Amino acid sequence: MALAIANVCKTYPNGVHALEGITLDVKPGEIVAIVGGSGCGKSTLLRAISGLDTPSKGEVVLDSVRIVAPHEKIGIIFQEPRLLPWLTVAQNVGFGLEDRPCAERESRVATALRRVGLSDKANVWPRELSGGQAQRVAIARALVPRPDVLLLDEPFSALDAFTRTDLQDHLLGLWDEFRPTLVLVTHDVEEAIVLADRILVMRPRPGRIADEIVTDLPRPRDRQSAAFDFAKRRVLAALDRSLDRAKRIDDRETKADEGAALWW
Amino acid sequence: MAATAETPTAERKQRKSALNRWNRVALGFLLPLLLAAGWEAAVHFHLASGRLVPPPSVIFATFADLAKTGELQRHTFATTARVFAGFGFGVVTGTLIGAMAGYSALTRRLIDPSLQALRAIPSLAWVPLFVLWFGIFETSKIILIAVGVFFPVYLGVMGAVMSVDRKIVEVGRAFRLTGPQMIRRILLPAVLPAYVTSLRTGLGLGWMFVVAAELLGASEGLGYLLIDGQQLGKPAEIVTAIVAFAIIGKISDWLIVLAGAPFLRWEDRFSVAPQVED
Ligand SMILES: Nc1ncnc2c1ncn2[C@@H]1O[C@H](COP(=O)(O)OP(=O)(O)O)[C@@H](O)[C@H]1O
Ligand SMILES: [Mg+2]
Repeated sequence: MALAIANVCKTYPNGVHALEGITLDVKPGEIVAIVGGSGCGKSTLLRAISGLDTPSKGEVVLDSVRIVAPHEKIGIIFQEPRLLPWLTVAQNVGFGLEDRPCAERESRVATALRRVGLSDKANVWPRELSGGQAQRVAIARALVPRPDVLLLDEPFSALDAFTRTDLQDHLLGLWDEFRPTLVLVTHDVEEAIVLADRILVMRPRPGRIADEIVTDLPRPRDRQSAAFDFAKRRVLAALDRSLDRAKRIDDRETKADEGAALWW
Repeated sequence: MAATAETPTAERKQRKSALNRWNRVALGFLLPLLLAAGWEAAVHFHLASGRLVPPPSVIFATFADLAKTGELQRHTFATTARVFAGFGFGVVTGTLIGAMAGYSALTRRLIDPSLQALRAIPSLAWVPLFVLWFGIFETSKIILIAVGVFFPVYLGVMGAVMSVDRKIVEVGRAFRLTGPQMIRRILLPAVLPAYVTSLRTGLGLGWMFVVAAELLGASEGLGYLLIDGQQLGKPAEIVTAIVAFAIIGKISDWLIVLAGAPFLRWEDRFSVAPQVED
């Protein structure tokens, strides 16, 4: 499903001007990463897309349906797992399937748990999980209703580096199965490059899209490759530029270009 | 079944901790048992008369006598019925008003200051007024108990509703729960632990207030037994009533815990409680 974000602005009641004129079209099955410093409006944008918050101006449209409230085809994963502590892992995963027949729910939950590698934890309470396991349950919970669009707000930023790369690969594997559209907010440049087809760099106060970088490296992407490193430098340079630190960047960018020359 | 490999050590550990717990309990009983035995011996060997402080054997005998005539049961039943009625009213009103005050800031600003002011009044100060308004019979007693139960329940429910994690409510919104679904699937389970605690506190106050209510004039009830024992100079009867209070108080508290337990298994403190003490 095509996701169209048209001229979205957001001013909070307390006067904070968080977003200004965000326009963005996301193709079905595309993975878009949004990077930017903290406080530049990434979460605000994601919440506007999810329908949890409404923009002050502009609109979010999913296949000709204007999003004004949470939509059944849009799933969201937060920075924290936000599991319900009074439900077992399996019940948490099945949270969005309450209206389905019991048998269907059970089989879909079992499948989802198998895919995130937590079948043995089905009947465990959330408090007994590690951070990475809990976030995997949250991913399963969001994927089980088969959303067309999955929004992720810094989903791995609270995890240690090993777990993080592990879950990034995991997410890609899950994405490959039915190819939902992913919009991923992150402040981890490597994460953006590993996952995304397109990286949007935001600049703060008010939040705008400052730059767009297409990363068409073949998947799976090797984090050690020169091309990866090059993409990383491009994104970092764009980030620096977005923060108006252009001066300092100038020479770094020429270096990046040299690198590009070498590589190509 | 799957965990056969680790059961031997786990079992041994469990048995050991059970033994420890048993020891701790036994240790707690040591002092009262020693004192009771000492007093019994002192009276038995005529070192003391035991008239004002009856020895355990006399208390047992009184307890058995009162139970045999059915009098103890009658008084216990009367008291329990009062607490039950007062607790019921207090819980219903406390829960409803507490939930409204917790849910809506407007309601809270409207009623909480008044209720806090009323709460500052020592509840027994109401007694004369209640007697004037509702007579000296059951109504005034039950209302007094209900007032005692109301405040902890109100405060507990309001606090619990107010502190429900906004982030988890948002999960409910993301899954497009309707209002009633949100209440059933998110709010109720989230407030339940605090609710059980406030019910227990409320019940404790209910037992306290029933004594006050019955001391002020009653023809039956354990409080009546206390007064009767005092006026007729029968300390064993007083102690019997006190013991009966302790027993039904403990049982009723335990019933609340028992009723809540199946819904609170997810909570850390219920499944691993003993660890806290070590
Ligand atoms: N609920 C809110 N009310 C008022 N201001 C907010 C609210 N949420 C975020 N903001 C402000 O909006 C700006 C963007 O915040 P946010 O979208 O959370 O940034 P990011 O996710 O990029 O770190 C920040 O200045 C933040 O203080
Ligand atoms: Mg954020």
